[in-house]
Amino acid sequence: MTVEAKPVSRYTTAARINHWITAVSLVLLALSGLSLFHPALFFLTDLFGGGQLTRVIHPWIGVVLAVSFLGLFFRFFTLNFWNRDDSVWMKNLGAVINNKEEGLPELGKYNAGQKLVFWGQSILILALFCSGIVLWDTYFFDLTSIDQKRLAAVAHALCAIAAILIWIVHVYAAIWVKGTLRAMTRGSVTGGWAWKHHRKWFRQEVGKP
Amino acid sequence: MSVLQALDLRRRSASSVAPPPAGKAPAVEVAKLIDVSKCIGCKACQTACLEWNQLDQPIGFFDGTYNNPPDLTPASWTVMKYTEYENGDNLEWLIRKDGCMHCDDPGCLKACPAPGAIVQYTNGIVDFVSENCIGCGYCVKGCPFNIPRISKTDSKAYKCTLCSDRVVVGQAPACAKACPTQAIYFGTKADMIAHASKRIVDLKSRGFQNAGLYNPQGVNGTHVMYVLHHADKPSLYAGLPDNPHISPLVGVWKGVMKPLSLAAIAFAGVFGLMHYVTKGPNRVSESDERKATELAEGDKK
Repeated sequence: MTVEAKPVSRYTTAARINHWITAVSLVLLALSGLSLFHPALFFLTDLFGGGQLTRVIHPWIGVVLAVSFLGLFFRFFTLNFWNRDDSVWMKNLGAVINNKEEGLPELGKYNAGQKLVFWGQSILILALFCSGIVLWDTYFFDLTSIDQKRLAAVAHALCAIAAILIWIVHVYAAIWVKGTLRAMTRGSVTGGWAWKHHRKWFRQEVGKP
Repeated sequence: MSVLQALDLRRRSASSVAPPPAGKAPAVEVAKLIDVSKCIGCKACQTACLEWNQLDQPIGFFDGTYNNPPDLTPASWTVMKYTEYENGDNLEWLIRKDGCMHCDDPGCLKACPAPGAIVQYTNGIVDFVSENCIGCGYCVKGCPFNIPRISKTDSKAYKCTLCSDRVVVGQAPACAKACPTQAIYFGTKADMIAHASKRIVDLKSRGFQNAGLYNPQGVNGTHVMYVLHHADKPSLYAGLPDNPHISPLVGVWKGVMKPLSLAAIAFAGVFGLMHYVTKGPNRVSESDERKATELAEGDKK
C-alpha cells in the first residue's frame, strides 16, 4: 500500500461549495438546453416537469450559474494567467496524454489545460448569458429585433455545445488523473499528487520554493 | 386550435409523421386569395375572425393610423394594415389584410422544438396545437413574416388557423365569408391561382402594369396569396416581404447544427473512454509520495 505524504489543502470549503453549485447548475442547464435543442432529446423535459416548465426554469438556472461562476472567476483568475511554462506544456500535450509528463516544467496551481478550461468556460458563459438574455422572451422580448434573436439562438447553441465539450474534458481529466477529485470533495490532495502534478505550487504550500 | 382528428398531417414539428392511411385520395391543397385591389378596408374580416374564434382582444390605444389594433396580437390573428402610397400625382390607399401566410415550407414548424406543437395538414394549412406548445418563441424566429404572437396570459403561441375547423367541414374561413366585396376568396390552390390570373388581366387593363400574384417561391409558395396592384414592390403594402425565405441562421440552427453537435458530444465521450482504455489512469506513484514527504520535511532531517 502506498504511504501517502501529508495532505495539502487545495480548496477552501467556500470554494468547493461555489464549485458544486456551478457544477449542478451546468448539468441541469445542459440537460434542459439539450432537450429543447434536439427533438430526440425532448424527453429530457420530463425531468423538469414538462416542456413549459423546462422553458421557464432553464433561464433561471442560467442566472444561478452566471452568479456562481462569477464567484469562481474572481477566486481563480489570478492563478490562471498564461506563462511560458504553459506554452511548453502545450507543446508537449502528446506526452501528457500518454501519461509521460515527467521532464516537463514544474507547474503552479494550474496547468495549461486547466487554464484553457477556465478561460474557455469564462468566455462561453459570458456569451451564453448575453445571448440567453436575448432569448428570454418573457422579460426581454421587446429589447431586440427578431433577426438579433435568430443570431442569439445560433450563438447560444454553438456556445452551449462548446461548453459541454469543455465540461467533458474537465470531468474526464478528473477521472483520468487519480487523486484529483478529492480536491473538490474533501478540499485536499496528497503530497504526492501535488508533487507530481503541481510541484511549483506544492513548494509554495510547504514553504520550500 | 386544431382539427387533428379529421385532417391528415403532412408535417409535425420536432417529429416524423406517418403517411395518410392507405386508400385515401390525395388531399387537395387549399388556399385563400386576398384581392387587395377589391378591399375597402371595412374590417369585417377582422371582426369575423374574432367572433368565429371567440377571441377577446382587449381595448388598446389609438396610434394615429387606421390600423386597429396597431399590429397582430395573440387575440388578433388578422389585422388590416393601411398604407398611403403617393404614386406620382396619385394617392393610393393600399390596404392589406395581414396574418399567417400558411407557407408551404413553414419556418415556424421547422423551428419548433416541441413535438406536435405545430402541424401542417396535407391540405397545406399550418396550425398551432396549443396543448403541445411550450411558449419558447422559436416559431417567432422561424417565421419570415413576423406572424406568431406569444400570449402573456398562457405563454402559448397564436396565429391564424385558416379556420381549419371550418375548412374540415367544407366551409370557407370566417373572414372570407364575411367579406362584403368578395376581396377574400377561398378554394383549391389551383382554382385560386386561376382566378387570380383573371383579376390580374383586369387590373393590367386598368393601368396597373405591375399587377400580379403574391405566392412567394422562397417559402415554396403560400396557402394565403395576394393579388397586388404593385406586385413588383410587395414591401409597399405595410412591409410585406419582397422575397421571404426562412432565415439562413434558422436553417443552420435547425439543420446541420443538430446532428453535428450531438455527434461532437458523442465523439468526446467515446474519445475519453478510449483514452482510458488504451492509456489508463494517471496515478501518483509511491516514489512521488516519498519525494513529496522528503521535500516537505527536508529541514527536519
